[in-house]
Amino acid sequence: MSIEARPPPPQFAARLKRALGGRAGWSGFVVQILFVAALVWIFYEIVANARTNLENQHITAGFGFLKNTAGFDVSQSLIPYSGSETYTRVFFVGLLNTLLVSLIGIFFATLIGFLVALGRLSPNWLLSRISGGYVELVRNLPLLFQILFWYLAVLAALPGPRQSISLFGSFFLSNRGLIIPKPIGNPAFEPFVMAVAVAIAAAFLLWRYARRQLFQSGKLITIWPYVLGLLVGLPLVTALVFGAPVRFEFPELKGFNFAGGSRVIPGFVALTLALSTYTAAFIAEIVRAGILSVHKGQMEAGASLGLARGSVLRLIVIPQALRVILPPLTNQYLNLTKNSSLAVAIGYPDLVSVFAGTTLSQTGQAIEIIGITMGVYLLISLVTSAIMSFYGWRLGRSLEG
Amino acid sequence: MKRVSLVFTLALAAGLSTNAATAQTLKTVKDRGLLSCGVSQGLPGFSSPDDKGNWTGIDVDVCRAVAAAIFDDPTKVKFVPLSAKDRFTALQSGEIDVLSRNTTWTLSRDTSLGANFTGVTYYDGQGFLVKKSLKVNSALELNSASVCVQTGTTTEQNLADYFKGNNMKYEVIAFGTADETVKAYESGRCDVFTSDVSQLYAERLKLSNPADHAVLPEVISKEPLGPMVRHGDDQWFDLVKWTLFAMVDAEELGVTQKNVGEMAKSDKPELKRAFGTDGNLGEQLGLTKDWFSRIVKAVGNYGESFDRNVGSGSKLGIARGLNQLWNKGGIQYAPPIR
Repeated sequence: MSIEARPPPPQFAARLKRALGGRAGWSGFVVQILFVAALVWIFYEIVANARTNLENQHITAGFGFLKNTAGFDVSQSLIPYSGSETYTRVFFVGLLNTLLVSLIGIFFATLIGFLVALGRLSPNWLLSRISGGYVELVRNLPLLFQILFWYLAVLAALPGPRQSISLFGSFFLSNRGLIIPKPIGNPAFEPFVMAVAVAIAAAFLLWRYARRQLFQSGKLITIWPYVLGLLVGLPLVTALVFGAPVRFEFPELKGFNFAGGSRVIPGFVALTLALSTYTAAFIAEIVRAGILSVHKGQMEAGASLGLARGSVLRLIVIPQALRVILPPLTNQYLNLTKNSSLAVAIGYPDLVSVFAGTTLSQTGQAIEIIGITMGVYLLISLVTSAIMSFYGWRLGRSLEG
Repeated sequence: MKRVSLVFTLALAAGLSTNAATAQTLKTVKDRGLLSCGVSQGLPGFSSPDDKGNWTGIDVDVCRAVAAAIFDDPTKVKFVPLSAKDRFTALQSGEIDVLSRNTTWTLSRDTSLGANFTGVTYYDGQGFLVKKSLKVNSALELNSASVCVQTGTTTEQNLADYFKGNNMKYEVIAFGTADETVKAYESGRCDVFTSDVSQLYAERLKLSNPADHAVLPEVISKEPLGPMVRHGDDQWFDLVKWTLFAMVDAEELGVTQKNVGEMAKSDKPELKRAFGTDGNLGEQLGLTKDWFSRIVKAVGNYGESFDRNVGSGSKLGIARGLNQLWNKGGIQYAPPIR
């Protein structure tokens, strides 16, 4: 009996079947439809039920509250804020405080993390043991305790405002924070900023030119004296022409606290310290794993070219290790941002504290406020991972290209 | 705390509570055999657990009185400790039947939260606690001070209003819980701790050296504290409301925990009505005829509860002041049981 070849199914239908039903074919497709329908139904039930419950209990719903006056004050704000502003403004004050602590935390966590990882891999016995000890100690203690520890340690170590530690009579350190002279822009401020921007742009172009010369014709051009001249000279010239760009408002002890000047509050210091040291411990392990994943032949090849250990790491090993490091590093950045919501324990006015805390209890609109807050964290996380993916994509291209 | 409020919010959103927004609270409580009562996370005098884990305090007594009126057993209460910002969500979602947690009665809370205040257990006001070493005698001398405050309370707005109204500058530092706030105050992060005056006296006891701290004379706000129930169940609202009234009326009628047995046999018409030997007022509330004596037997009258928890018989030693009965110079006044 001869076996007749079955005619292949029409291309389009087969592809559709595979896409919708997977390996199970059309029955799988039905299961998927039912699953999606069940999800939609559950979601609808939740929304409808919540709405009925709210209506039955006459609980105010909706986002109208955002236009109401907040009526409370916040200790740190990057944008001008007073109690007579609206809840919308409170939201942005909290959001910016969260972003500030997250960005600075991410910067220091990455820096400390890389240093500790390199330390742990170092042939120096003492350095590698200290780095290992740091990782084991810090990553095994709950973050909230570390935040409280830093806060209370910072506060306990510092004197009250009247006995504050003074530097040159214009910097003051006390348990109210670090108070520094506040720069106030003069009319000459704008040309000064322009001069700095122009100097930076020119220095960058110079650097690009020098690099191209190096790669194309092997000429090594010394550019740093010109760069220095540009960066210092240009702003200096504008300052001479237009006068001093800023003047300073000096802090003065008045009553209980300092009046005038800018202030870094202890809650901010403690939170940044705790978040960056804690996350750094995880980043260190990620970086170590990344570096170890690069074949040791690469290291040896670099050494045999006569490169120093630092240069081998910087030019050969780390660029390859980054491919492994990047995805888990993104996780750590996201964790750090989300962990910053523990701020309320030490009175740092982040988004959760001022918006999902004070605003929630003053307006009582839990569903709306928790919803907005969750949406914001989701958005921050998605943006962060998009940036990291973009960086990873560019890195992958440059390694292959 | 964030997680807790998230859970409550989701419970609310999912409508998981079966008794929310239904007129069935009394039945639900009876079926469960327990009253679920929202209290603070530990505020001496109002609601705090003692060393054996028993909750005591004037807010706790209100819940015990409700349980006594329903079950004739003041121990049939499950106490749910709540932070200031989680309390309303817990009530809305049906997690608790009564919120008795030093909560200030305000218009917006009475309307937009979907809950009702049933009365006033304690007439309070906001004040300031300072270190005596600062040598401050009046709140008006607090210009430029750093002020510690617990977030999620009416306190933050009062504070802003007061300093703005008196053209004074200040720095506010808001913490999640009362304990964190007090710790920051003690460590010198702020000069002043502000809260309701009763709470200042209570928290002062937790400081390492209470005698070094003083409450300033200014009271900058009205803070009538009382229990809350959900909208939509008028029977339950009446029951909780009249339990508190019964305590106040008992004091006015001279009925105490000790003499309640004899007084029940009295011929006085108002006592006969209260004790249910004449008429069926208790049954109109959905309770039994002896509801009044059950309450007084369990927790005593309002004055006894006050003295035992916050007044002269307690560590707090707060004077009756506004909380004295209306006919003795205060403003505690309950409608007649008739």
